[in-house]
Amino acid sequence: MTVHIRMDDRVEADRLEDMAQGVVGKPLDRPDGARKASGTAAYAMDSLPDGACFGVLARATIAAGRLEGVDAAAVEALPGVRAVIVDERMLRNPAQGMAGKAPVQDPHEIAYFGQPVALVVAESFEQARHGAIALVLRLEARAGAVVGPDDAGVEIETPEKKQQSSGDLDAAMREAVFGVDQTYTTPVHASAAMEPHASIAQWDEDRLTLRGSYQMLRFNRAELADALGIDEKNVRILAPFVGGGFGSKLGIAPEAVAAAIAAQRLGVPVAVPMSRQQVFEGVMRRSETTQRIRLAAGADGRLTGIGHEALVSNLPGEKFSEPVTQATPFLYRGENRVIGHRIARVNRTCAGSVRAPGEAVGVTMLEIAMDELAAAAGIDPVELRLRNIPDEDPTQQIPFSSHKLAEALRSGADRFGWDRRRTEPGQVRDGEWLVGMGMASAVRVNMLVEAKARVSLSSDGHALVETDMTDIGTGTYAILTQIAAEMLGLPMDRVETRLGDTDLPPGSGSGGSFGAASNGTAVFMACEEIRRMICERFGCEAHDLTLKDGRAIAGNRSVPLAEILGGEDLVAEGHAEPGDAEDKVRQATYGSYFAEVGVNAVTGETRVRRMLGVFAAGRILNAKTARSQCLGGMTFGIGMALTEEIFHDPRDGHIVNRDFAEYHLPVNADVPQIDVVLLEERDAWANPLQAKGIGELGICGAAAAVVNAIHNATGVRVRDLPATLDKVLEGLERQGG
Amino acid sequence: MRPFEFTRAESAADAMRLAGDGATIIAGGTNLLDLMKLEVMAPQALVDINRLDLGDIDEAEGGGLRIGALVRNSDLAADRRVRDAYPMLAEALLAGASGQLRNKATTGGNLLQRTRCYYYYDTAMPCNKREPGSGCQAIGGITRLHALFGASEHCIATHPSDMAVALRALDARVEIQSQDGVTRMLPLGDFYRLPGDTPHIETVLVPGDLITAVLLPAPAGARQTYRKVRDRASYAFALVSVAGVLDVEDGRIVRPALAFGGVGHMPWRNPEVEALLEGEAPSVDLFAEAAARLVAEAEPQGGNAFKIPLLRRTLQAVLRELTEA
Ligand SMILES: Cc1cc2nc3c(=O)[nH]c(=O)nc-3n(C[C@H](O)[C@H](O)[C@H](O)COP(=O)(O)OP(=O)(O)OC[C@H]3O[C@@H](n4cnc5c(N)ncnc54)[C@H](O)[C@@H]3O)c2cc1C
Ligand code: SF4
Repeated sequence: MTVHIRMDDRVEADRLEDMAQGVVGKPLDRPDGARKASGTAAYAMDSLPDGACFGVLARATIAAGRLEGVDAAAVEALPGVRAVIVDERMLRNPAQGMAGKAPVQDPHEIAYFGQPVALVVAESFEQARHGAIALVLRLEARAGAVVGPDDAGVEIETPEKKQQSSGDLDAAMREAVFGVDQTYTTPVHASAAMEPHASIAQWDEDRLTLRGSYQMLRFNRAELADALGIDEKNVRILAPFVGGGFGSKLGIAPEAVAAAIAAQRLGVPVAVPMSRQQVFEGVMRRSETTQRIRLAAGADGRLTGIGHEALVSNLPGEKFSEPVTQATPFLYRGENRVIGHRIARVNRTCAGSVRAPGEAVGVTMLEIAMDELAAAAGIDPVELRLRNIPDEDPTQQIPFSSHKLAEALRSGADRFGWDRRRTEPGQVRDGEWLVGMGMASAVRVNMLVEAKARVSLSSDGHALVETDMTDIGTGTYAILTQIAAEMLGLPMDRVETRLGDTDLPPGSGSGGSFGAASNGTAVFMACEEIRRMICERFGCEAHDLTLKDGRAIAGNRSVPLAEILGGEDLVAEGHAEPGDAEDKVRQATYGSYFAEVGVNAVTGETRVRRMLGVFAAGRILNAKTARSQCLGGMTFGIGMALTEEIFHDPRDGHIVNRDFAEYHLPVNADVPQIDVVLLEERDAWANPLQAKGIGELGICGAAAAVVNAIHNATGVRVRDLPATLDKVLEGLERQGG
Repeated sequence: MRPFEFTRAESAADAMRLAGDGATIIAGGTNLLDLMKLEVMAPQALVDINRLDLGDIDEAEGGGLRIGALVRNSDLAADRRVRDAYPMLAEALLAGASGQLRNKATTGGNLLQRTRCYYYYDTAMPCNKREPGSGCQAIGGITRLHALFGASEHCIATHPSDMAVALRALDARVEIQSQDGVTRMLPLGDFYRLPGDTPHIETVLVPGDLITAVLLPAPAGARQTYRKVRDRASYAFALVSVAGVLDVEDGRIVRPALAFGGVGHMPWRNPEVEALLEGEAPSVDLFAEAAARLVAEAEPQGGNAFKIPLLRRTLQAVLRELTEA
């Protein structure tokens, strides 16, 4: 029995509020936590079947051109080597998120330096790796490869659908009392998930089972099947534990298809792990961005115009382009608007979704521009934002579903001690350190994605939740278990959640912060149906039924569930789908960030001293996992502000810093005390849980708080991230400091 | 990684014989194994020296310490005598790598760790250090980590060690045994080589040589510091670093010794800068002059030009710190 909900309207009843178990929202430990901490949770490479061979991908070493062939014989003669495979079906790059079909295939056409073009399979991993390094490729470089968005001859697309304008921004800029017109840049980022990509493929006749590290299994199954030219019914993907994805594992990637091809050809299971270096260059990057931002404001700081025009890049033929301006149309007021979006086609590692595509870089730069406006207008940055919160979505002229930006700003300022900030930059000194405070708004669009989940209540009063949804470290196991436990009135340890298996009902997959709300709704719907079945058996009305601690209670009757079930299991499937609500209201999550930094007056080094994030994302399903998501987002915000940057070689576009020694994520010493405050909120337009996504909210502007604090500390405005010490130093030297 | 032979040396003579026959010495392995996995280095044979009796720190005659080549970076940094008399050495060690790596890394291995030049690590790139005669792809590429001093048109790499910078300022000498039974003691300036047209040859060691110890003379000065500037708060190599030791007597700087990391193919020292400071009263102007002298001969590569003001400023701050009360 499938029960369905399509979100066309607001959901009046807040059903979770009526429940009695009292687990939803609690800061509960993850049910899978102990397994992870003790090393017994099996990640992709942890479940090697007997007799598996290993494959290692070999990379193209030109920016563009053709692979004419490989000297396979020399490598095949090496000890342990079983095969050298170059196959038309191999992927140029991973599928984009939710593509559901294969990306560009054929290793003979080379589009970027580092593209995987061949697979060497051997009995041991070491033999395969040596074979892959030793393999000589016959490459025909194509003249005129374009490796950077600023290179001569670069082709730039201006897709009609992605340009917007209303009013007259030029006039607004001319008439503005205060204005900002600046160009900002962000570098290429790596997703940098802890677990590198790895796939183990095994065939049983014409059925393929793939253990992998993927975020969106129902799409990945379709992508893998399409790439191999087989029916997706014959593909099963397993990813019970995923060591982070940050977007890089949204779509099926080259190692999975290569593993499947090799396993089929050799008739043995084949494991293809990617090295850290291969993940950096052969998976996905976040595009660099150049953003021209214009703000026009009156004497009171109220915006009359906003312009946000972005240039991003991607490989030829890729549909995805970093949606830099996603939140700009609705974050602040202003009648006169220009949104621009251009895409440079470059021969560089594929650009795709990385950690909050769009807002992470777009809101960050907009929030730096807002800081510049605040300084120009002499208005407190918090106050400036408060004055510019619109009453409705100013572009679409539709209401907001719920909106807590003002509360987040006020409450954050209060808790952080914002009133102690000196307006004039460079006023606070602590030895060699210049100290300053900065802030920024947080915003991320909210989405619901189709999802199904099955809930079974067994006759002995245990429940099982099943979906192919993944837990990529976010806490899916915890929150789905909590929702079912709450709805069915069971203690947490009587509910089991099974994830990451395409044989289970298709969930939304993990991405875009929509996992908890989408799959949670599917679980909720299934539980509602089971409750209905219990009412039937129990002979009571839905609103009279209380389920708690394994008992059904109605009126003065209290009976163990097992008694009601009478040896029977109850099974229901929930199905959630987005609907017209998306067009009727603007749904987003909001928040605020506050940061205090010290900038070394000698060296220009910046260290964040403390940071606060205040967030509103509807109902919080688990206060602990939600907080962890925010902590992680803000940590990546520190990385974006200060350290993270991929260097592409200017001559061939290859990624120069391809490991964690030289791609600088923040380490513990870079991350100070971070406080997270989650505001009480319900969003009845979002879903019956009234919960919104929180996964990415922590990064959507966080870096701006840090960069704005650098300005407050020093008077140096960095518009080109990351704000590495050389850039700050240049400013300090210019000031004669 | 290519197949290789592996032998555990039971004696120094064993180790030197095998190394003389072409085996590569492995100590902590924290650098060598990474390079072997990438096939940047592909030795036919390894000789493991971890069983040799080179793990002690002893007091030397006439003051000073003799640090065995196998003393782990963590142990050296934690040694009471080091912390008391050579605090900058402990600081330099603790500023390097991570706790886990320092537990494995040895004194000898640290001195001989290879450059962190990105292009050296990528076997698809021409690199004279990895493959003599193939060219230097770093020139004209990404040069954030590269040298200001002593580079050549064949190689612009830097030596990444923090420890070695402190040792150079402390006038340490490397004790080397060779197969023919001779023991040499070389100051770091004579131990390391500039790249010239043979950047693959980084030291004066010849096959069969074994580093057995590092000798620290009695500390030259009580005022010491090691200052490392880097792209994040921990676990990053130095963009620039300054190791400084001096004393102030009767209001004048005496016996200054300064070494600089992140700027040269070896820990850099400039006798002119030290001479300029010797016997002078500390002052802002003096420090500025010393810093200007130091960077006068810097040859930036584009991406590392920022190191010039950075080094200048860092040196001045170090001198201020060392001469304050
Ligand atoms: C991610 C990362 C970050 C790091 N960060 C820093 C940093 O910030 N600062 C820093 O200073 N270092 C840093 N290191 C480098 C670390 O300090 C070195 O890897 C370590 O010191 C090498 O010592 P080892 O004993 O492991 O050497 P090994 O890897 O065993 O050997 C290195 C070389 O020395 C030779 N060798 C070793 N012992 C002898 C001997 N007794 N006689 C002759 N030859 C010998 C070997 O043949 C080999 O060529 C980092 C390393 C990593 C991996
Ligand atoms: S700088 Fe030296 S190590 Fe780097 S690529 Fe050039 S030759 Fe190789």
